[in-house]
Amino acid sequence: MSEQMQTRAHAIPLAFVQAGKRVKIQSISTGREFQGRLAAMGLVPGEEITVLRNCGHGPFLLALKGSRIMLGLGMALKIFVV
Amino acid sequence: MKKKLTVALAGNPNAGKTTIFNALTSSRQHVGNYPGVTVEHKEGICQHKDYELRIVDLPGTYSLTAFSAEELVARNFILDEKPDVVISVIDSSNLERNLYLPVQLMELGVTMIMAFNMFDMAKERGIEFDFAGLAKAFDVQIVPTTGHKGEGINNLLDAIVLAGTDKTKNSATSSIRKPLVIDYGSELEAEISRLSQLLKHNGIELKKYSKRWLSVKLLENDSELLGSLKNKEIAEEVVTSIQTVEQKLDESMETLVASKRYEFISRICAETVKSSIDFHDSLSDRIDAVMINRYLGLPIFLLMMFLVFQMTFTLGETPMTWVEELFGWLGSYVSGFWPEGSDSLLRSLLIDGIISGVGGVIIFLPNIFLLFLAISLLEDSGYMARVAFIMDRLMQKIGLHGKSFIPMLIGFGCSVPAIMGTRTLENHRDRLATIMVIPLMSCGAKFPIYTLFIPAFFPPAWHAPVLWMIYLSGILLAILCAKILRITLLKGTAVPFVMELPPYRLPTLKAAILHMWERGWLYLKKAGTIILAISILLWVLTTFPQLGEETKNRYESMRNEVRITVTAEEERTGQLEDIDNQESEESLKTSYAGRIGVAMEPLLRPMGFDWRIGTALIGAFAAKEVFVAQMGIVFSVGAADEESESLRDKLKAAYSPLVGLCVMIFCLISAPCMATIAVTRRETNSWFWAGFQLFWLTAMAWLITASVYQLGTLLKIGI
Repeated sequence: MSEQMQTRAHAIPLAFVQAGKRVKIQSISTGREFQGRLAAMGLVPGEEITVLRNCGHGPFLLALKGSRIMLGLGMALKIFVV
Repeated sequence: MKKKLTVALAGNPNAGKTTIFNALTSSRQHVGNYPGVTVEHKEGICQHKDYELRIVDLPGTYSLTAFSAEELVARNFILDEKPDVVISVIDSSNLERNLYLPVQLMELGVTMIMAFNMFDMAKERGIEFDFAGLAKAFDVQIVPTTGHKGEGINNLLDAIVLAGTDKTKNSATSSIRKPLVIDYGSELEAEISRLSQLLKHNGIELKKYSKRWLSVKLLENDSELLGSLKNKEIAEEVVTSIQTVEQKLDESMETLVASKRYEFISRICAETVKSSIDFHDSLSDRIDAVMINRYLGLPIFLLMMFLVFQMTFTLGETPMTWVEELFGWLGSYVSGFWPEGSDSLLRSLLIDGIISGVGGVIIFLPNIFLLFLAISLLEDSGYMARVAFIMDRLMQKIGLHGKSFIPMLIGFGCSVPAIMGTRTLENHRDRLATIMVIPLMSCGAKFPIYTLFIPAFFPPAWHAPVLWMIYLSGILLAILCAKILRITLLKGTAVPFVMELPPYRLPTLKAAILHMWERGWLYLKKAGTIILAISILLWVLTTFPQLGEETKNRYESMRNEVRITVTAEEERTGQLEDIDNQESEESLKTSYAGRIGVAMEPLLRPMGFDWRIGTALIGAFAAKEVFVAQMGIVFSVGAADEESESLRDKLKAAYSPLVGLCVMIFCLISAPCMATIAVTRRETNSWFWAGFQLFWLTAMAWLITASVYQLGTLLKIGI
C-alpha cells in the first residue's frame, strides 16, 4: 500500500467526529465543482478544523481558523479527516 | 476636467464591502443595470483630490471561479469591464481564507489594493500584521480599515488615486501590472507551460490576459472559460492535461490548485502575521448557543417573524393613512376640475383608472418598505445565516436547503426581489425549485385582499386565525410543490449545502435603510410602470363600450318616474340609488371586461364565482394590487380600498362566506403579478419555466379553489 493509501485507511468521514474535536482534513470526495467551492472557502486537505456542532439535527457546524462554516450532513460524509 | 476612475469592490461575502461602499459613496448611490446583462448592480460616485471615482460594489465571492449566478457577476465585471482599480476587501480577522481571492486577482494582474477591513476586530483578537512585509510580498498597497467606523477610508481613497495614477502614467506600456506567479509544483507547471505554448501557437487571446493565467484557469476546470474556447482541440488538450496530473498526484485538479495557492498564502502569512488565538469561544458563539439551539432555535425564529410582521403593520399604519389621505386629496383635487356629476371620460380615466389603480399600490408601500427594512436588519446583523441554519433540516426534507429559505422570506414582501435573491443559490435545480414556489409566499400585494374580505365575512374573533391560516396554507402548499418538483421535473441528488456563518454584527440604521432601498425600489418601479399600464388598460376595458343612448335614456326615465311618484325622502333616495346601481351593473356588463367576465362564467362557476369576481380577477391576474380597486368598480362603490365598509357590505350581501374564502384562496395561489413571471423569465433565462410557473400556479389555484367550494357546498359549510 502506498503511503497515501495507508493514511487514507485511517481517515474517517467528518460526519463521525464529535463536537469539540479538532481534526485535519485528509481528502474530499464530493463532486469536482463542490470541491472547488469548498476550497474557495478554505476547506482543503491539510487544513485543521474544530467541530462545533454535530448532532444530526440541523447542519454540521465547524470552525476553520477565524470563520464558522455550516455544512449539509451529506457533505460531512464526504470529507475525510484524521 | 476631473479625471475619472472606475473602482470595483471585490471580496468575500461578509468582509464588509458594502460598508466600505457606503462610506465611500454615502448617499450618492444608485442601483442600475449592468449593460447587456440583466443584473442590477450598485454603484456610486466619490470625489477625491482631482479624481471622480465611480465605485462599483460587486457581489461577494470566494474565488474567481464562479459557483453561483451572483459570483459570476462579480467575476465577469472584473474580467470584462476591467475596472481601473480593484479594492480587495479582506476580513482581517479571518485573513488566510480571505486572501484566496486577492491572490487570484494578483495572478490575473489587475491593478489592485487591499483593504484589511474589520481591523478593529483583528486587533481585538490579538492579531498583529507586518504591513510592510505583506505589501512587499504581494507588491500591493495595503490599507487597514474599519468600515463601520469609517476608519481608514481617507487612506483608502489616497491609495486608490495612487494606484490609478500609477496606471495612467504607464499608459503607454501595458495597463496590466505584472501578474503574480505561483509555483504549482512540477507536474502542474509542466502542463501549464504546455498549454500556454498551445494557446500561443494557436493565437488564442482572451481579453488580453496572460496565457499563464488562462492556462491555470482552464486546468482548474473553469466551465465558463472552457465553454468560451472555440478551439475544440485545445479543449481536449486541457482534458488530457487534467487527467494526466490527477492520475499522477491522485487528487482532483481543483484541490491541487487550491492547495498550492493556500500554501503560498500560508508561507507569506507565517512571516508577516502573528496571531495569538486561532479559534476561541467568541461572543457570537455564545449567542448562537441560544439562537441556533436545537430546541430554542425554531421557536425563537418564529417569534422573530411574528415581531417583524407586527412591527411592519403597526409602524406602517400611520404612513399608510398619510398615503391614503394624499390620494384621497389628489382624487378630489383632480375631480374639482370638472363640474359635479360630470361624466367626462378623461376625468374618469384619471380618477377611477390611474389614481385609483396606482394608489392601490402606493398605499401599501410603507408596509413593504418596513418589511424589507426588517429583513435588511436581520441580514446585516448576521441573523439570516442562522435562519438558514435553523431551517435547513426542514428544507432538506423537501429537497432544498437552508439557503433557499432566505429568498422565500423576502417573498412575503414582494416576489420580485425574492426571485432575484435566489442568485446566491449555487445549484441550478435548487434555484429553479425555489423560484417556482416563491409566489406561494403570500406577498404584500395580496394582503389588502384579505383585509377586505375577512372582516366582510367572518366575525371579529375569527379575523386573526383566518389570516394566519391563509398564510400558512401558502407555505404548506409551497412545501408540497417543492417536494413534488424535486421528485419529478427537477429531480436530482441532495443539494450540497455549505454556507458561512458570519459573526453577529450590530447593524447601522443607515446601512439597513440603503439595503432596504435596493429591494423596495423594485416594488416602486413595478408600481410606476406595470401597474400604471394595467390600471389604464383595465379602465379602458371596464368603461368601453359604454351604454347606448337608448339604454341611458331608459334609466333616466326610470329615475324621473321615481322622482315624481315617490314622495318619502328616504325611500326616494334609496330607490334612486338602486337605479344607479342597476345602471352601473349593466354598464359594467356591457363593457369589454364585463363581457369577458360573463364569458368566463363557466370556468368560474365551479369555484362559486360570478362574472363580477371574474371581471375583478382579470385585472388581478396581471397584478394583485388592483384587485380591491376592481372589486370597488364592479360593485359600483367608486374608488374603494380595503377599509371600505360599503364594499364589505355589498360583498356580504352578494356572496356566502364560502365564496369569500374561495376568492382569497384563489388569490393566494395564483400568480401575484405579471412582473413575477417576467422576473422568473429573466432569472431563469427560459420562457418555458416562466410559462410553466404561470400555468401551474393558475391551474393549481383553480383546482384547489374549485375543490374547496364543491366540498363546502356538499358539506353545507359556510354557504
